[in-house]
Amino acid sequence: MRFDLEIIASWIDPGSKVLDLGCGEGDLLHFLKKNKGVVGTGIERVEAKAALCIERGLSVLQGDINKEVLDYDDHTFDYVILSQTLQQVYDPANLIKSLLRIGKRGIVSFPNFSHWRIRLQLLMKGYAPVTKQLPYEWYDTPNIRVITLKDFRKFSKELGFNILKEVAINTQNHEKRGNIVEFHPNLRATYGIFMIGNGLV
Amino acid sequence: MSEYIEHDINGVSVGQVEKEFFTFAGPPDEMILENGEKLGPITIAYETYGTLNPEKDNAVLILHALSGDSHAAGYYSKDDPKPGWWDIMVGPEKGIDTNKYFVICSNILGSCMGSTGPSSIKPGTNKPYGLGFPVVTIGDMVRAQKQLVDHLGLKKLLSVVGGSIGGLQVLEWCVRYPEMVVSAIPLATTTRHSALAIAFNEVARQAIMADPNWHHGDYYSGPKPDLGLAVARMIGHITYLSDESMRHKYGRRLQDKGDFSFNFDADFQVESYLRYQGKKFVERFDANSFLYITKAADYYDMEDQHGSGSTVKAFSPVNAKFLVVSFTSDWLYPTYQSKAMVQAMKKKGLDVSFCEIEAQWGHDAFLLPNDRLTALIKGFLERVHNETKE
Repeated sequence: MRFDLEIIASWIDPGSKVLDLGCGEGDLLHFLKKNKGVVGTGIERVEAKAALCIERGLSVLQGDINKEVLDYDDHTFDYVILSQTLQQVYDPANLIKSLLRIGKRGIVSFPNFSHWRIRLQLLMKGYAPVTKQLPYEWYDTPNIRVITLKDFRKFSKELGFNILKEVAINTQNHEKRGNIVEFHPNLRATYGIFMIGNGLV
Repeated sequence: MSEYIEHDINGVSVGQVEKEFFTFAGPPDEMILENGEKLGPITIAYETYGTLNPEKDNAVLILHALSGDSHAAGYYSKDDPKPGWWDIMVGPEKGIDTNKYFVICSNILGSCMGSTGPSSIKPGTNKPYGLGFPVVTIGDMVRAQKQLVDHLGLKKLLSVVGGSIGGLQVLEWCVRYPEMVVSAIPLATTTRHSALAIAFNEVARQAIMADPNWHHGDYYSGPKPDLGLAVARMIGHITYLSDESMRHKYGRRLQDKGDFSFNFDADFQVESYLRYQGKKFVERFDANSFLYITKAADYYDMEDQHGSGSTVKAFSPVNAKFLVVSFTSDWLYPTYQSKAMVQAMKKKGLDVSFCEIEAQWGHDAFLLPNDRLTALIKGFLERVHNETKE
């Protein structure tokens, strides 16, 4: 499993109820179900991926995360995970609000746009940055939001939610290994992972 | 059973099978139907495949659609040219694996394929019921199936599976017998027919009733309303396809000719196809059964009948885990209907999986070979079966 998913999994209490938004092929849910006895649900837009999850024995809904979250009652889940998807969301504020409405806690991760390589590319080359974490050209990228670790902290204050836990990591998208970055994370981390809550937990 | 193994594209068949019959509700214990009338005795035709395990936790009930029957899989004899209607899904190592599950399929109440219906002899007379047969409902069909399931000694059903009108029965099973249904797979279906679906059914019924041979349903001793029933079937077939699938299959191609005939013969392939389907259908199906079953389907309204107008409320007694599947080109039971039931299940906190399969074949897609559908059903059943052991 991916390093970032391993960290997310380590934050989740055994036996809890989890919703994974944009669950892909269900690697995290599968791990959580098998190793932590989690009752998991996933939402995935792509038919082939959603189908693969169901074939693997996961409970997964094919659909648009922005709409699917609206159907759940308040506090249906212990954790709602939004892993490496925030940068693709059109209306992040409302999605985060929904996430904290239906879940007691949210876990949000995203690629850090202030990594030194990205800064350097823009500074030295003058082109929109293309990296291993964000490997698209400006015209074909699904990543319509550029977020830095600092931005997300600022966002939390503006929107009024709490950051309960925070880890910055250095890894690559499909690499199983990585390391936690403690020194100058906004400059040196490729991803940020945040546990968020409404302050009531 | 195993002396006759037929291979098809999805693997071997369950082999030779036999239609069985179960009769209950003999007087004075007739079944009281939803409309208040009494009916009995009732015979239900059914077939089973695979073996019930000692724990009795591997039974899967298949519910057929409008014109189906108890013959979901296998062959009746060595010379039988055609397997059961869902042989691609039901058999050893198939989507519904008869090596693992004990599969039951019964013919619905009101049909004409071995279960009691309008073409059955009315007790105390030597004549078929005809329109004297009470208007049965989806709920009545399911209550009759429950009698069969009790008779087979089953306390739980690992899964109830069905598409279209079979899907209505799946939902009815879940709300009516929540303590029995462990999981459910409603395919290409809805909690209630749309005006569009009712409209097509009504045109089909009108075609039958306008046939001069119909005689208010009293035609069993003379010529049958074959033309009306054939037209009804033709209308049905249009709703089972899609614009895209018709364009692919027939387009504007002509049937065995280079030019128009300039009369009203079947010029186009699509005309010829529909006529053939109509003709074939009257050989095996009863016109009155068509009227009764379509009416039952049109009447069905899960939210009204079980939730006082609320789908969420209708699902409140339900415990089953769900796999809901729809198909992109299905305009008879479009995806929005499946999504509406999924939404209600989510609001109720039920365990539900949903997939909309990209398919160009319209409503028919749930009966056609489809690797994705097979894999979904297989994976889902395996999971719910494993979870019963936890």
